[in-house]
Amino acid sequence: MLIKISWRNIWRHKLRSAVVITAIALGLWAGVFIMGFYFGIIEQKINDVVRSEVSHIQIHHPDYKKEDFNINYFIPDGLTISEDLSVDTLVQYTSGRVISMGMIGSAKANSGVRIIGIDPEVEALLTGIDNKVIEGAFFKGVKRNAILVGQKLATKLNIKVRSKVVLTFQHINGEITAAAFRVAGIFKTLNTTYDESNVYVNNKEFRKLVGENITYHEIAILLKEHEYVDTAAEKYKGLYPGLLVEDWLEIVPLMRYMTDMMDQVMLIFMLIIMLALMFGIVNTMLMAVLERTRELGMLMAIGMNKFRLFNMILLETLILAMVGGLIGLILGYITIEYYAVKGIDVGIFSAAYESVGFSTKVFPQLEARYYIQTALQVVILSIFASLYPGRKALKLKPVEAIRKI
Amino acid sequence: MYVIETKDLSKVYDNGAVPVHAVNGVDLNIEDDEFTAIVGPSGSGKTTLLNMVGGLDSPTAGTIVVNGKDLSRMRENELINFRLNHIGFVFQSYNLIPVLTAKENTEFIMLLQKRPKKERDARVLSLLKEVGLSDKINKKPSELSGGQQQRVAVARALAAKPDFVLADEPTANLDSKSATNLLNIMARLNKEEGTTFIFSTHDQRVIDRARRVITLEDGKIVKDITQN
Ligand SMILES: Nc1ncnc2c1ncn2[C@@H]1O[C@H](COP(=O)(O)OP(=O)(O)OP(=O)(O)O)[C@@H](O)[C@H]1O
Ligand SMILES: [Mg+2]
Repeated sequence: MLIKISWRNIWRHKLRSAVVITAIALGLWAGVFIMGFYFGIIEQKINDVVRSEVSHIQIHHPDYKKEDFNINYFIPDGLTISEDLSVDTLVQYTSGRVISMGMIGSAKANSGVRIIGIDPEVEALLTGIDNKVIEGAFFKGVKRNAILVGQKLATKLNIKVRSKVVLTFQHINGEITAAAFRVAGIFKTLNTTYDESNVYVNNKEFRKLVGENITYHEIAILLKEHEYVDTAAEKYKGLYPGLLVEDWLEIVPLMRYMTDMMDQVMLIFMLIIMLALMFGIVNTMLMAVLERTRELGMLMAIGMNKFRLFNMILLETLILAMVGGLIGLILGYITIEYYAVKGIDVGIFSAAYESVGFSTKVFPQLEARYYIQTALQVVILSIFASLYPGRKALKLKPVEAIRKI
Repeated sequence: MYVIETKDLSKVYDNGAVPVHAVNGVDLNIEDDEFTAIVGPSGSGKTTLLNMVGGLDSPTAGTIVVNGKDLSRMRENELINFRLNHIGFVFQSYNLIPVLTAKENTEFIMLLQKRPKKERDARVLSLLKEVGLSDKINKKPSELSGGQQQRVAVARALAAKPDFVLADEPTANLDSKSATNLLNIMARLNKEEGTTFIFSTHDQRVIDRARRVITLEDGKIVKDITQN
């Protein structure tokens, strides 16, 4: 009965209630959509990073990172492990890499780079780096010592396809070695910083230059499904206890900070929206209480206790907020799902976005828990919003309210 | 034993330039089954007296004992509960919840009392029938005339099975035909169901219907007669 009363009371002032409900719906719609937008960006960023940079799991010598990527710390049995992994049921592709820090020099300038020796065929399958080649070809057109450089680096060094460059690095026996390479292609990823500081060469050729006994410094694994990460990481940690097995979140913990931080930013953002809406609700409910003094006084006079009276006000606030909230959430859901397929072109900002590694089309998405979280916030909001009007109602003295009759 | 027993009941309003003795040392006993009118000129203290007897207002001095319970000793929430279960109210106007129908308004008080649905349904229908509103049970107050609204209020007051019903000028806003009609219903309920009614009024025809007439002047009982 209280629900019935509250519901009907809301529609006593159709326009007034409709205005508040619309405000709540619009506020939540915008809030939810913006959440979806930013989480979409983050998810894409994560996908990009996993797909084209870190892969799902990486294996290194346990001291490789500690010793500043010293080439001496390669993976013992790297070749066998890589073979074994490539036929593992969870695995899509693996790629073994020989990596060394070094310098790249052109006629014009020098620059510090990470030299990554890859097997071009498997690396293409794993990271799709072949698709990032914008000039020249992916390890084609150059017979020996082909090298792939990033666009940013090419500009910096003023080199083109077929230009000659010199790589300088340390041999495993400690000698500084230099070798000439010829640019086969120029690549461009979404991350210009990466493009400036990484070059690709063929690992078989590179191994001859840095030390024949080196296997791989790094084995990157792309799993068949993103969801396998935890299972796979655990499995390989057990299988190779002497090696450092890390999943992508361990490799780029920044990604986790990004999600965590976004969670918090969005929470604050939603709270601000809610706070603004709260004033609207408080105002409406206060009007509803003040214009019903006599009615509320009568109810207390005939025997409605304060607890029930407060409940009635609370219920009315809750229903008001939840109707608006529900509409807002549904609209938010529909728009997010629509653009999740279609994508939102943020081309106007593309230059700025690309420099920090973001795609130019955003596919918003929002996990169910954020809808639930928002719905809960609406409930809490209504409880807070009903406190003041409720207090006003409780302070009514039935005699005084009745006297006005 | 009396249903209502007041001793030296007084209420002084001290918020103006001079203190107003709205009710001044009233000793009043009401028995079960009474059909009593409280009359007197405007400002004589009728409303104040009824409010105190109904546990809506607290006396400045004296005691009110209802069914052996001292109202002046009860705390606010206790009083609300006491009113719910022992006292029926019919006010001059604004008796009903505007968003509820006649049936729901009558049922509402029984819901507050947590009566089972079966009992509520049966009692609501029989009460609305008794006040002659069987054909209006699904009408909202705004769709009812003033007299019909007051009859719903009487049905609502009785639904709670109170010890007595207090009605402060229940006919003040009614035309004479509706007023007579309401009085007829109240008198019949008094006679047939034994419901105790105490009402205040200015209307001579209403006064004529009462069995006992208590006249107030300046907060004091100046006349207390039992007629016919
Ligand atoms: N809240 C109040 N503050 C101050 N004085 C009050 C208050 N309520 C009532 N009074 C005074 O108390 C006296 C009795 O008032 P009361 O309303 O009980 O009279 P009444 O007999 O019901 O009058 P009426 O026939 O006009 O309804 C009046 O003088 C009135 O002005
Ligand atoms: Mg009065």
